[in-house]
Amino acid sequence: MIAKNSGEEIFRTKINPITEGRAMRIGLITASLAYMLLFLVLPVVTVFVEALGKGVGTYFEAIKDPAALSAIKLTLLTAAIAVPLNMIFGVAASWAIAKFDFRGKSVLITLIDLPFSVSPVISGLIYVLLFGAQGFFGSWLAEHDVQIVFAVPGIVLATIFVTFPFVARELIPLMQEQGTEEEEAARSLGAGGWQTFWRVTLPNIRWGLLYGVLLCNARAMGEFGAVSVVSGKIRGLTNTMPLHVEILYNEYNIVAAFAVASLLAFLALVTLVAKGLLEWAYGHELGGSRT
Amino acid sequence: MAVVVSSPATTRGTWMTHTVLPGFGLTMGFTLVYLSLIVLLPLAALVIRASGLGWDQFVEVVTAPRALAAYRLSFGAAFIAASVNIVFGVLVAWVLVRYRFPFKRLVDGLVDLPFALPTAVAGIALATLFSKNGWIGRLVEPLGFKVAFTPFGVVIALVFIGLPFVVRTVQPVLQDLDKEVEEAAASLGADRFQTFRHIILPSILPAAVTGFALAFARAIGEYGSVIFIAGNLPMKSEIVPLLIIIKLEQFDYRGAAAIGAAMLAASFVLLLVINLLQRWSRRRMGGA
Repeated sequence: MIAKNSGEEIFRTKINPITEGRAMRIGLITASLAYMLLFLVLPVVTVFVEALGKGVGTYFEAIKDPAALSAIKLTLLTAAIAVPLNMIFGVAASWAIAKFDFRGKSVLITLIDLPFSVSPVISGLIYVLLFGAQGFFGSWLAEHDVQIVFAVPGIVLATIFVTFPFVARELIPLMQEQGTEEEEAARSLGAGGWQTFWRVTLPNIRWGLLYGVLLCNARAMGEFGAVSVVSGKIRGLTNTMPLHVEILYNEYNIVAAFAVASLLAFLALVTLVAKGLLEWAYGHELGGSRT
Repeated sequence: MAVVVSSPATTRGTWMTHTVLPGFGLTMGFTLVYLSLIVLLPLAALVIRASGLGWDQFVEVVTAPRALAAYRLSFGAAFIAASVNIVFGVLVAWVLVRYRFPFKRLVDGLVDLPFALPTAVAGIALATLFSKNGWIGRLVEPLGFKVAFTPFGVVIALVFIGLPFVVRTVQPVLQDLDKEVEEAAASLGADRFQTFRHIILPSILPAAVTGFALAFARAIGEYGSVIFIAGNLPMKSEIVPLLIIIKLEQFDYRGAAAIGAAMLAASFVLLLVINLLQRWSRRRMGGA
C-alpha cells in the first residue's frame, strides 16, 4: 500500500527532470528582465522623455535649428557615400572569397574584420596622421589646397573605416553556404559573368545583403568616436548628428541635445525592428547563425 | 551537367584551383586595393609614426604616469564590466533559450540595442539616468553610490555596450545543447544544480569566455558612451581613447600615435586570443 502510494505520487507530480521549478524559473526571468530594463530600456526611454520634456514645440524647434538641419544633412550625405562603397566592397570581397579557393583566405577574412577590433578613436587618428597638417601628406595637401581632415572627406573616410566589414561579414558565410553550383549551372547554360551575377547570385543573397546594409547604415549614421577625431566640429560645416548632440549637451542645451539624439535613437529602433523582421521572415536566407 | 565542373581539390603548385566562374581577378583586385587604401595603409601610418619616436622615447610616452593611470582605468573597468556581463549574459541567454514568457521575441531583439544605438546617444542617456537628479542616480546617491562622473560610471557605460556579446555567443550553443545528456544526468540522480554545474556549464564555458573577451576588447576602445558619464579627470577618470584625443588636440601627434600603437597592439593580442577561444569553442561543439 505504502509502496503503491509513493509510486503514484512520483507519477502524479510530473516533475520535468530537465527544467527548473516554477519559482526558480520566474525568479530567473525576472532577474534577467530587470537587468535589461535597467541597462537597455531605461536609457532609451530617457532619451525620448528628456527630448519631449519641454513640450512638442520646443522639440521641433530644436530639430529645425539650422545647425541641427545641417548636421542631419551631413550625416545623410556621409552614409550615402560610405554605405554604397562598403556594399560594393562587401559583394566583391565575398564573391572572391566564397566562390573561389585560394591560399591565405582566412588571413584575408581576418584583415577584413580588422576595423571591428580597432578603437573608434584610433580609426580617426590614423587619418589625421595621414592627412592632417603634420601628417604624411599634410604639406602636399596644403600646397594643392585640398583639405581632408577637419572637412567632409575625413568624416567620410573615418566612417568608411568603421563600417568597412559589415556587408562583407554577412555575405561571406552566406555565399560560402550557397556554394557555386547554381552559378556553374548558369555558366554552362551559356550565361555571361554579369548575367550570372545579376540573375543567379544577387537574388540568392538579396536578404543577406539588405541585412548587412541595414547594420552598416546604422553604424555609419551613428558613429561618434572616429568622426569626432577627424571632424574639427565646425558648426554647420563638419558637424554630424552625433557630434551635434555632444556640442549641445556640453552647452547644457539638454532638451535640444536629446531632441537630436531622439532621431538617432528612433533610427536605432527602426533598424532593430527591420533586422528582427528580416530574421523572422528570411532567417534561412541570411546564412551563418541567423537561421 | 555538373560533371564538367572541376573538382575543388587543390592541385599542388597552383595558387588556386581552376573554375568556370569568372570575375576572380576583378573582385579580388578590388578587394585588395580597397582593403589596402582604407585599412592597411592608414594602420601602417600609425605604426610608422609611432616608431619615428625611437624605442626609448616610445617607452617613455606609453609608460608616463598619466598613461598608466588611463590603462588601469580602461582595462580595469573593461574587466569588471565584462565580468558582470558574463554572469548576466549567460542568465539572459539561458532565459531566452529555455523559458517561455510574454514578449520573448521583443526582449530577444532588444538585446542588440547597444549595437544599434549610437554611442553618443547612449552616453548622454546614461549620464542623465545616473546623475544626481536622474531616475537611478536619485535612488542610489543617498545610499552613498556616486556613479556619474566617477570611475564607476565608466563601468556602467561599458556594461551597457558589452551586454550583447555574451548573450549572442552563448545563445546558439545553448540551443544546440543535447537535452538527452541532461535527462541522463537527472535519471542518474543528479539534481538540477549538479546538472548545471557538471553538464551545462562546461559546454557553454568556451562560448561564455569568448563573449567575455569580445566584450572586453570592445570596452577598452570604447569612447562615445563613456566620456559623458566619466568625470574625465586626468589620473582618475580618464580613459585611454580620451587621452589620445587630448594629445591630438595639443598637436602632440607622436604621443597620440605612440599610445594609439600601444592600444592597437593590445587589440591585436586580444583578436588572437578571441580566435583561439573561438577555435576551442567550435571544437567543443563539434565533439558533441
